[in-house]
Amino acid sequence: MEMLREIRRFVAHSLRAVTRGSPRYWAWVGLLGAMIVVGVLAYVHQMSRGLITTGMRDQVSWAFYIGNFTFLVGVAAAAVLLVVPAYVYHWKPIKEVAVLGELLAISAIVMCMLLVLVDVGRPERTWHLMPFIGRLNVPSSLLGWDVLVLNLYLALNLVIVTYLVFTLFRRKKVANAFFVPMVLFSIPAALGIHTVTAFLYNGLAGRPFWNASILAPRFIASAFCSGPAVLLVLMQILRKTTKFEIQDAAIWKVAELMAYAMFLNLFLLGAEVFKEYYSNTEHVVHMRYMFTGLKGHTAIVPWMWLSVFCSITAFVLFLVPGTRRHPVTLNLGCLLIFSAVYIEKGMGLVIPGMTPDTLGEIYEYWPTWTELGVTLGVFGLGGLVFTFLVKATIPILLGEHGHPAGAGA
Amino acid sequence: MSTDVSRRELLACVVGGCVAASTTGCTDFLHTEFGRKNFRDMTKEEIAEVVKDLEKDLSAKYGKPVTVGAEEPIPGVDFGYALDISRCIGCRRCVYACVKENNQSRDPQLHWIRVLEMDKERGIDFDDANPYYDAETVPRPGHFYLPVACQQCRDAPCVKTCPTGATWQEKDGIVLIDQDWCIGCRCCMAACPYGARHFNWTEPTIPAEEMNPKTHVLGNRPRPRGVVEKCTFCVQRVRNGRYPACVEICPVGARKFGDMRDPKSEIRYILENKRVFVLKSELNTRPRFYYFYGL
Repeated sequence: MEMLREIRRFVAHSLRAVTRGSPRYWAWVGLLGAMIVVGVLAYVHQMSRGLITTGMRDQVSWAFYIGNFTFLVGVAAAAVLLVVPAYVYHWKPIKEVAVLGELLAISAIVMCMLLVLVDVGRPERTWHLMPFIGRLNVPSSLLGWDVLVLNLYLALNLVIVTYLVFTLFRRKKVANAFFVPMVLFSIPAALGIHTVTAFLYNGLAGRPFWNASILAPRFIASAFCSGPAVLLVLMQILRKTTKFEIQDAAIWKVAELMAYAMFLNLFLLGAEVFKEYYSNTEHVVHMRYMFTGLKGHTAIVPWMWLSVFCSITAFVLFLVPGTRRHPVTLNLGCLLIFSAVYIEKGMGLVIPGMTPDTLGEIYEYWPTWTELGVTLGVFGLGGLVFTFLVKATIPILLGEHGHPAGAGA
Repeated sequence: MSTDVSRRELLACVVGGCVAASTTGCTDFLHTEFGRKNFRDMTKEEIAEVVKDLEKDLSAKYGKPVTVGAEEPIPGVDFGYALDISRCIGCRRCVYACVKENNQSRDPQLHWIRVLEMDKERGIDFDDANPYYDAETVPRPGHFYLPVACQQCRDAPCVKTCPTGATWQEKDGIVLIDQDWCIGCRCCMAACPYGARHFNWTEPTIPAEEMNPKTHVLGNRPRPRGVVEKCTFCVQRVRNGRYPACVEICPVGARKFGDMRDPKSEIRYILENKRVFVLKSELNTRPRFYYFYGL
């Protein structure tokens, strides 16, 4: 009974938290709402005529949606970069904010699932993917595995966050014997979602651009850049707009870790570039399409160079302690890293992998307004989920939620 | 297995009830495309019912009697295909015979066979191939032609990668797709090294008078939007002892088809007496579709 009442209180608090806010909060929510509206309209258009409303064709049969999906799996894995220092090295400044990583993970996984859903030709049949009820083709299908690990990771983060936040809400002590093992398990799970997603591409022998064993390590390295970039910006917003105390030390440490991750990412990219261009087999065409264009097809080339430029600049900014610690260069670095990985994973992985196609044809893909609109909607929804989660959680983390037990304590 | 199936039926009803908010009840629901099971989980009776439903629907849609066969693999038969590159002139008659026979969409056009024009001096080099040559002026000097369709791989990457088990290899070697089970995720298209799989990016259209009414449930019956399709070796023909449409139409006799286990078959003769090769053998997909130089 007592528990039920607490749950009701918890829900009531959460609803109150997300429905009350400053004009700036409402402007932000309004913006996200507008993005969702655009997304819904674009999706209705897509459903009315089919995926022909996208830029995809048989030659490039996965593109913007799946690229964004891949990018967001990386963002979801980012929680690890907070969890490891917090719970493995017991570094207190980060421990207090580690939950933000998990909130981001939840939102990112929701976006990932939506992006797969909007990409499939028969969304109403996705129940065929459910084990036992449908016919999930595991162990052989990597998308099958991806469905499993993404759901597992989502569930894990939901349990971790709900348990932690609800316990703090009731002003009880977190039972470490229950909580810590789960948090620690989320580390391999995060690596797992990204590895499996990499394997989804990696296992396709007919696509030499993806069929390189360096792919999964590259995914992990770039994931440790993109997700934390979001978190760093968020941490700074939170300590300005709430009483949340996030120490500089925490922010600088995360930025330093990102610099290492970016180094690894650039090193692995360099290793691939060397192998392809020096050996100069027929497989080099995909990288040439990406960096210099093929037979006059250069749509993607400026973007890839922009990505490389952003990566290198951000790496330098985060490597040098002076620029890592200065708020301007720190945030510029976050923006550059986010953009770099977004281009690299969003477009640079999927499209060159399919261009030229397996029979050598070059179909130059470019996303249509429908694809951009739908994706915008997905980001709007993910942003809204994240905003609501953060908005409801922060007062509890701060102990400001006016729980009666707290008043007495 | 039986509990598995009943659970699946139960869910199909529950989900269907919610989604369709149907008032017609569960039995009717199982007769809809949405409620259909994976073909391989159906009993013979259920297949018979599906076939009946399909014949009714398709006959109504195209305004003529449409038959939907469900012929199973003939025991002991192992189909193989061989294409004589030295004879092929690139006329694309096979492409259009295939379109007609297998009810491929006319608008937008969808082709299961892709004929590549290649430079003789470069050999088989896909990066230099041209699929958009003018078929009126073939064969062009200095060029040869390589038709590519589903290679019916013994170790098919598409089958391996399908997350719902909507595509599989039958006992006679043909890789088929359950078009009612495919969710349209296109993993198989990413996996196929031969560009053999095609997606219905929008509603396919076939003029009623051109629609081939002799169909197979896993073969040439018209596909809906949002699913993947490909060559089936004309499953509706070959399991009834006929040649695939492309073999029949080829004006130069470049296309050979038969049962590789039959010692008297033409395909057996070619495998034993000609020097054959397969495309992208390094990928270890072990195609049943061979190429050879007959002259």
